Amino acid sequence: MRKVKTSKKPNSKFPKSLTGIQGLDDITQGGFPKNRPTLLLGNTGCGKTIMAMEFIVNGIVMFNEPGVFMAFEEDTDELVVNVESVGYNLSKHLSENKVYLEHVRVNRDEISETGNYSIEGLFVRMGRAIDKVNARRVVLDSLDTLFYGLDYHTLRSELKRLFSWLKQRKVTAIITAELGDGYLTRHGLEEYVADCVVVLDNRVTNQIATRRLRIVKYRGSVHGNNEYPFIVDEKGITVFPIISEAFQQKSSTKRISSGLADLDDMLGKNGFYEGSSVLISGTAGTGKTSLAASFAYSVVRDKSRCLFCAFEEAPNQVIRNMESIGFRLGPFIESGMLTFYYSRPSLQNLELHFIAIKKIITDLKPVVVILDPITNLMTEGPNSDIRSMLTRFVDFLKTQRITVMFTAAITVGSIERNPSDEGISSMVDTWIMVQDIEVDAERTRSLCVMKSRGMHHSNEVRRFVISGKGISLAPIVRSKKDLLSEAKRTAREHGNISTSK
Amino acid sequence: MTISKRKPKKENVKAKADAPGNKYVLRLFVTGILPNSTQAIINVNKICEKYLKGRYDLEIIDIYKQPFFALQEGIVAVPVLIKKFPLPEERVIGDLSDTDKVLNGLHLV
Repeated sequence: MRKVKTSKKPNSKFPKSLTGIQGLDDITQGGFPKNRPTLLLGNTGCGKTIMAMEFIVNGIVMFNEPGVFMAFEEDTDELVVNVESVGYNLSKHLSENKVYLEHVRVNRDEISETGNYSIEGLFVRMGRAIDKVNARRVVLDSLDTLFYGLDYHTLRSELKRLFSWLKQRKVTAIITAELGDGYLTRHGLEEYVADCVVVLDNRVTNQIATRRLRIVKYRGSVHGNNEYPFIVDEKGITVFPIISEAFQQKSSTKRISSGLADLDDMLGKNGFYEGSSVLISGTAGTGKTSLAASFAYSVVRDKSRCLFCAFEEAPNQVIRNMESIGFRLGPFIESGMLTFYYSRPSLQNLELHFIAIKKIITDLKPVVVILDPITNLMTEGPNSDIRSMLTRFVDFLKTQRITVMFTAAITVGSIERNPSDEGISSMVDTWIMVQDIEVDAERTRSLCVMKSRGMHHSNEVRRFVISGKGISLAPIVRSKKDLLSEAKRTAREHGNISTSK
Repeated sequence: MTISKRKPKKENVKAKADAPGNKYVLRLFVTGILPNSTQAIINVNKICEKYLKGRYDLEIIDIYKQPFFALQEGIVAVPVLIKKFPLPEERVIGDLSDTDKVLNGLHLV
């Protein structure tokens, strides 16, 4: 199971119950209110049931707190099958008497009302369930079924009783309900019954669906206000909050070689800073991927781990292509030093790519991460989103002291014309540009360091040669041909001036 | 009026055993002496005596004392009156003060 953050803020006197859900405990600064009910709202398919179930399962696995799950919508057998498909070993916990599931069926068609009543029957069942496993956590999923089945006015007061009953029993509870047209929100019930209200949302932008989480209300506690994306996969739920620790993090003065002695020379003779971010931008066919591969190759040869995220070419293709210029990556994949993450950008939202990559990073602990190319991801959403996400991602890598290299394909023309590129360049520490320059009707690759924070770097534009033996930078001394073309160009310029006159 | 303390298994057997007869088999589930529950007990006895005299088998069960019944019968709202026989099983909830609804809901007349 994953690591749990046990460090609590010293100033929080408010007792909280950790959910064990990655990211969520950061946003809530320690979890949901202890021994109180939390309302979890959202439309169908937002992940309410899974989140509630993860809360229960984590309670058992991480905090030794048994749980009760009252399912109003699903049969218990169905529920077990459904959650086991997401990776929870519920059968085991059931057999160990750590969790108790109960299906509560409410069917209006079968019931007619003949006078006053209460939902005391539900309390009796919950009380019995809680006693059975000595539960500290309780989930009711979801309340709406009750509303469809029973009289609204009775329920309104009964729900108040339900919330105070849960408080009396001193259990940390999650109660789920539909959002929007649902009864709960329509009548403002959450306003007075719950101490903590969390809203889940599943939105589709550009045909890509993203789940998001927001804490609407948390009585007596500070919490993150933003919407945070989250994913559900076979390892459960991961929420992706903004990580602000990067600003307090000490910056490393250690250097890491770019894999190219000539380039290291240009970067104050030592290469990149460890844990810094590097951008390589250039038009198509200028050798961005080759530069990135050269970096990766040098990292793995130094016996450090590297994660190569390819968004354009399939890993096998990258390996084949790089072999042609002398980088034999194959053996390092076999030895586990080099790992490829390959995904089509359009497959999912950019955030989800980052979350997926973050998970791999947590497992793999690489020293270097390469994203090739970042611009392919850019097509998948509006620019401000991408920038904030990239910033978050870079921050995350910085806290982990991972050096990251992005490649960015830019359209022919000036950098200024490509705003997304500008956006990235302001947050990277080192920016290397590769360009095709035309010399005597021949395209020549060139490389220059646009910026490199905190180090002396060369301002020169150097010739950049890719051969079967790898990459090299041509000496600074200009060749005769260059000089010649220079002379020709001045001559032509003079000619132009004279004709225009 | 008796408060049953039998095990649920036996209860099922009993219901079946009564089935061949022409009796109405009714179960009223209550929670202790809460006002709704006491009211329901008074009302159910009144209704049975008036409409089903000599043709009914009524059992009143307190789910505070026997919480297992709440699960077995799928009870959420209380008080609840369940007609076990004749089939189909039917139920009404509330303190049974609306006699017409009780009679219609359980098809007693």
